[in-house]
Amino acid sequence: MFSLESLTTLVQDWLTKTFPPAVALLFEFVIVGVLAIALFAALGLVLVIMERKVAAWIQIRLGPNRVGPKGMFQSAADTVKLIMKEGLTPDGADKFLFNLAPFIVMMVAMLVLAPIGFAKGFHIWDINIGVLYVSAISSVSVIGILMAGWSSNNKYSLLGAMRSGAQMVSYELSVGLSVLSIIVLTGSLNINDIVLSQQNGWWLFKAHIPALISFVIFIIAVTAETNRAPFDLSEAESELTAGFHTEYSGMKFALFFLAEYINIFIVCAIGATLFLGGWMPFHIGNWESFNHIMDYIPTFIWFFGKTFFLIFLIMWFRWTFPRLRVDQLLNLEWKYLLPISMVNLIVMTLVAIQGWHF
Amino acid sequence: MFIVDYLKDVYGAMKSLLIGMNRTGYYFTHHKEIITEQYPDNRDTLVMADRFRGEVVMAHDENNEHACTGCSACELACPNGTIKIINKFDISPEGKKKKAIDTFVYHLELCTMCGLCVEACPTAAINMANTFEHSVFNRGLLTKRLNKPDSKLKAGVE
Repeated sequence: MFSLESLTTLVQDWLTKTFPPAVALLFEFVIVGVLAIALFAALGLVLVIMERKVAAWIQIRLGPNRVGPKGMFQSAADTVKLIMKEGLTPDGADKFLFNLAPFIVMMVAMLVLAPIGFAKGFHIWDINIGVLYVSAISSVSVIGILMAGWSSNNKYSLLGAMRSGAQMVSYELSVGLSVLSIIVLTGSLNINDIVLSQQNGWWLFKAHIPALISFVIFIIAVTAETNRAPFDLSEAESELTAGFHTEYSGMKFALFFLAEYINIFIVCAIGATLFLGGWMPFHIGNWESFNHIMDYIPTFIWFFGKTFFLIFLIMWFRWTFPRLRVDQLLNLEWKYLLPISMVNLIVMTLVAIQGWHF
Repeated sequence: MFIVDYLKDVYGAMKSLLIGMNRTGYYFTHHKEIITEQYPDNRDTLVMADRFRGEVVMAHDENNEHACTGCSACELACPNGTIKIINKFDISPEGKKKKAIDTFVYHLELCTMCGLCVEACPTAAINMANTFEHSVFNRGLLTKRLNKPDSKLKAGVE
């Protein structure tokens, strides 16, 4: 059966046999870098066209349908346009920070990719504190956004960046708590261990209602953390033109745009790993024959299927719900999500101690 | 009690969000609801709404007769001077002068399609057609004469 693990070991063996260890490692770095960038480019193209199609169908429209079959090359054409555009830097801007900010946002998105398990035995860095690493690194992106807003020397940008900062800092808490409730069950921060612990069923189904509640809280909180509607106050095009990236154009704007979609992918991948079993096929307890049939579907298809399901869910939110006000946004976090997830964490701990889960 | 109200709040919020998602999910899966008209492609099968206001036309029957008495109510009703009515006086067999329409001038380029002239017309002589492809290369072509040559007032219309 085809698996990406055999492919990586093949490449690894060949490299270590042919080159000295240091050079082999260097080659592996290069291969991983190229693959990550290729994944980013592909995701950018796919997610943008997906977003536009989902938006159109939800709003009873057709969406892009002119470039390529059913408009599928629209995002490629847009990318070419963005590459050819001039990247302006405003006169009053802090030039260094202004040009640095999109790269910081992008680098954060790239770094978070490291511990994610894409398929069985196929991940960049199998680190024993994977989940902690992701939540630590992902909060750095707020620095990039604040930097962009501050250096633009524009009141809309600054307002957007400030809102974004407040939002990301507060929603980090409920993301952390809902992730913790799964960590309590697995007892490990390693993403591979978390996936393996779902061998006999996904945590969403195994851990009863508390898992469901923490899943809902996780989805709401990551929607807010990635600055997407209904929590897109930092962009809020009707109030702030485009928020923190008002002054950006050309490829620098595209980097922000791409980073948004990459962040969605990453948080959905984390959500899929924690609640829906990552690359683990759909297994039900001891149904050996059923589990065996499910194993025939390659693991990377399971992973991307679950991730894209969650991405679709978040897109569905975006095109259904109206934007919140700032006070409503903070009310939702501090008066509802945080207390509920705290109580939920206690219940989950009880479940884990008593062994009530399957 | 506070905690009951709190939980009711959460329940109501989740319920209303799910109702909204149910609606958009219905539209997402039912593509027959799509209302987009792919205009130049579906030009042959395009169905316009009855009340669409494209341009003012004057109806003529098979005897080349219309219902316009030349009362100028439409000209007075028009907010931007789109209509200009030029009257003439026919001499009836009894030797009486009778007012009749000579030319009904309609400036399409000035018209905002508000439909006030149609509402003002006491004899329902003019109405709004739902044609909308009005582009021409010569501005003069937009000034139209609505009553056909040699047409006359329908008998019995006062």
